[in-house]
Amino acid sequence: MQTTATRAFPTRNTVIPFGPQHPVLPEPLQLRLVLEDECVVEALPAIGYCHRGLEKIAEKKDFIQNVYLVERICGICSFMHSLNYCQGIEELMKVDVPRRAKYLRVVWAELHRMHSHLLFLGLVSDAFGFENLFMQLWRVREHILEIMEKTAGARIMLSVCSIGGVRRDLDDGQKAETLRVLDQVERELEELLPTLMNDYSVRQRLCGVGLLPPDHAHDLGAVGPTARASGIPMDHRQTGYAAYGDLDGVTPVTETGGDCYARIMIRVRELHQSAELVRQAIQKIPAGPIAVPVKGNPDGEVLVRMEQPRGELIFYIKGNGTRNLERFRARTPTFANLPALLHMLPGCQLADVPVIILSIDPCISCTEC
Amino acid sequence: MGEEFMLNNVQEITPDRLVGEASLIKGQGCRFVTVTCTDLGEAHDLIYHFDDKGELRHLRLKLPHGATLPSLSGVWFAAVIIENEIQDLFGITVTGMAIDYKGRFILAESSPKAPFNKLGGIAVDVRVRPAAAAEAAAPGEAL
Repeated sequence: MQTTATRAFPTRNTVIPFGPQHPVLPEPLQLRLVLEDECVVEALPAIGYCHRGLEKIAEKKDFIQNVYLVERICGICSFMHSLNYCQGIEELMKVDVPRRAKYLRVVWAELHRMHSHLLFLGLVSDAFGFENLFMQLWRVREHILEIMEKTAGARIMLSVCSIGGVRRDLDDGQKAETLRVLDQVERELEELLPTLMNDYSVRQRLCGVGLLPPDHAHDLGAVGPTARASGIPMDHRQTGYAAYGDLDGVTPVTETGGDCYARIMIRVRELHQSAELVRQAIQKIPAGPIAVPVKGNPDGEVLVRMEQPRGELIFYIKGNGTRNLERFRARTPTFANLPALLHMLPGCQLADVPVIILSIDPCISCTEC
Repeated sequence: MGEEFMLNNVQEITPDRLVGEASLIKGQGCRFVTVTCTDLGEAHDLIYHFDDKGELRHLRLKLPHGATLPSLSGVWFAAVIIENEIQDLFGITVTGMAIDYKGRFILAESSPKAPFNKLGGIAVDVRVRPAAAAEAAAPGEAL
């Protein structure tokens, strides 16, 4: 490649507004890309297109109503938000959640992780031009959505998590159906995923693209699959919240490539990990109540975190002894991964920008809650 | 769930010590997590969260209304996103940011100023406390 000094004609920088409306972006995000020919030299984010002020609304709602409010922070991993919020309030109010409820929370949380990862793999396949793979992966995802509808009554906004437990139980038939669907999903993925992992064209588009070395990932505060793809073994399920402490195999899935391919492989491997965790949770689920009554109002402050499909989700909750919270704050994983994204883009080709953006699995409605 | 979630590991500091203390924490290998800002009425309560090999630790400071806040983006570039958000939503002027959106990171020109601050007059939500809202609208008269 020619350097700038040896070019026949001097290059001029061009600024391209990438987004907020772009075919590859399901949600509005703008990156102002400074280009030298086709090469990105700088990227600046511009957000604010869908900020809803949910943190402020949470101060006006009853702390129990907030369970359903925070679930709407994200239309993909909604259950994770309600789970994190409930765990925070339960910590503040010293609520002892029944063990059966904790196992049921794991079942729905891991089903949510599976559908989120399948959604991501489909979208990223579409971004690098493999539409058939996109359709097939979303067809498999549909099985997960159907089993969530059968067990929780809804496909995405489950609304089954409540302060003190969960609102629905699983009977034996639902447990057997869930296990059957998991087997079917894994069988179908065995046929699809080798294409994603080994296809020459796919590897050409992903390997060595959007590099994030481990020291930069740490310094830039990257979380979740973005950090694990750079070799950082960080997975908050290891802290043992809900029933994760009773399950085997809750170890961080890591890759060392630090590129788009590694970030995709993390999701591929975590699909199998999540399926195994659901199986274990269903097999080990203890008998007993699924919820306990909660009395009083939250007082004090808590910082609670968990592992959402995109990484570390943090809620700060401050109660004042009334029905309304003094402050609710959400730090979502995409928000934490934005600085890392800004580091990945300089040096890449303009044609690779959509794939690199999607490789962190951005969720802008989370980011701008 | 563990005790770490109850914000036990908190170090109270003053704004002028923020950058120095954060540099020390970075030198110990910690990861920058985020900043939480709460409006207390007369001042802002800012908590800086860091991850020390899986354990959370925090720096906490009180910033009087109208005072400026030094940026941590020279220590951790990752801080620049949340600092711009705080500048927009709480009206705090953050000095020395690596990228300064001048209050236009999230908010548009026509947006309310510092919408996350607690201000008298807009704190009553009629959906939550209809009686209080009616009293505020017409003191002494019942609905």
